[in-house]
Amino acid sequence: MKIRAIALNTFKETIRDRILYLLFFFAAIALGFSRLLAVLTVGDRVKIIKDVGLASISIFGVLMAILIGTGLVYKEIDKKTIYTLLAKPIRRWQFLLGKFFGLVLTLFIMTLAMGLIFVIIVLLHTGKLDGRMLLAILFIFLELILITAVAILFSCFSTPILSSIFTLSFYLIGHLSWGLETLIQKTRPGTGRLALRGLSAILPDLENFNFKTEIVHGLAIDPRFYLFSALYGLVYTLFILALAVLIFKKRDFI
Amino acid sequence: MAAVLKIENLFKSFKVGFIPKKREILKGVSLSVAAGEIFGYLGPNGAGKTTTLKCVLGLIFPDRGKIEIFGHPPLSAKGKEHVGYLPENPYFYDYLTAAEFLDFYARLFGLSKKDKVDKIATLLRLVGMEKARDLQLRKFSRGMLQRVGLAQALINDPALLFFDEPLGGLDPLGRKELRDIIVRLKQEGKTIFLSSHILQDIEMICDRVAIIVGGRVISQGSLQSLISERVLFTEVTLSGIDPADLVDLGEPVSTLGDRILLKVFQEDNIENLMALVHERRGRIHSLVPRTETLEDIFVEMVRQG
Repeated sequence: MKIRAIALNTFKETIRDRILYLLFFFAAIALGFSRLLAVLTVGDRVKIIKDVGLASISIFGVLMAILIGTGLVYKEIDKKTIYTLLAKPIRRWQFLLGKFFGLVLTLFIMTLAMGLIFVIIVLLHTGKLDGRMLLAILFIFLELILITAVAILFSCFSTPILSSIFTLSFYLIGHLSWGLETLIQKTRPGTGRLALRGLSAILPDLENFNFKTEIVHGLAIDPRFYLFSALYGLVYTLFILALAVLIFKKRDFI
Repeated sequence: MAAVLKIENLFKSFKVGFIPKKREILKGVSLSVAAGEIFGYLGPNGAGKTTTLKCVLGLIFPDRGKIEIFGHPPLSAKGKEHVGYLPENPYFYDYLTAAEFLDFYARLFGLSKKDKVDKIATLLRLVGMEKARDLQLRKFSRGMLQRVGLAQALINDPALLFFDEPLGGLDPLGRKELRDIIVRLKQEGKTIFLSSHILQDIEMICDRVAIIVGGRVISQGSLQSLISERVLFTEVTLSGIDPADLVDLGEPVSTLGDRILLKVFQEDNIENLMALVHERRGRIHSLVPRTETLEDIFVEMVRQG
């Protein structure tokens, strides 16, 4: 109940944030642009529309999660609104989870809106709907949930600008960490390889949420992989949220 | 009466600077607030008033010491159910309207829908903000925010209220209204913890006070026990007398035109002064005996502390 009240308030806060609409505006332009790019392409135009469209939803969604998420907790502390809130019978973890779910709700609506534009564009072009596209959007949303948790974790102890840089780094590392696997295979067995293995275990692998290539090119995906990815997202998000709660629990609000 | 708030030997330090250096803010604060009283917490800026309050409300963690609110530790949600808090310079969610804001806080206490609507209407009326009901808080002036802040502090009908500098930012009329509200709350049986450096307000309404200087409570007790009825000096305004003749009788403070404000310390000198005025055909405009005020005690203690 208390988490819901805070989540609804956070939803109001974020949905009234101008940055959100600016990003949404650009996302809509990018989605429209995919149609234009298709016209200029030699070859399979639908692939371009799908590829650019899904990438736009992902990138602008991540930007929304980062730019709004990193300010959420920080703003409460900076503007001292947290004083009266935590003086009420609320536990700190409830506050943090409320903030998290509030932004997740906003991102859900935004992903839905961007997804709708995307689907309409594809539908206008091809006349048919590929169900797997919706699946790709769903996994983009799962990634956004994880990014939101990370943004909130950083915003528990640092300023929005630093948190944005940290979260963006997390996102970039997450999408490039698969490269480590190649490096591991090229390294001779020994301490070096072991260290790289350890690193690859710790670093996030956000490519788990990326089904764009398979879906755009119509490749088959093992259903078990969907399950693995969803579970990976859930466990990673819970881990990050637990970390955030631990840090937030000990904080002094000066 | 039973203590609703008990603080024992509270210590708190912060680490400040790039190379962290420990700065002790509270150095063993102890006090207790009884049910149904208005308790004034006085101290100069930086004495540790707000820090004490934040420790009590569980916003910061004390290094050492014990705090009990209604017998509960400060972080327990149970202890906070009957507590209201109005911070210094309150900032609230500026994207919400006054009604939305109060509705949000009412939800945190799990008020039913009907109770919520009634409560919000009553509170907005109490603080005189009915007209601003649907206005976003970003458009509010400081005084208006203070009023809405008071309303949010009262949303759960708390038994213990913490006010941190509640009269700052209010115009004289607003101050009087807020003072009246505080007294009314006391009459309703609530306990009020008032932290302030505006002494007049405290003097007017507080039952007991604690004075904190440099992180230590240096005096605590009822106002009567702190302030003596002794006449410190008498302020006399007079005219038609040469200032040079007054030097032996008192200390001239200021002159405005031919009016002289004189501080007379010994009672004998007042009679001598009146005789002089009578003799020289001057005039006495006012004669005010000054007893000790909270301010005098405060200034004295801060100086010593």
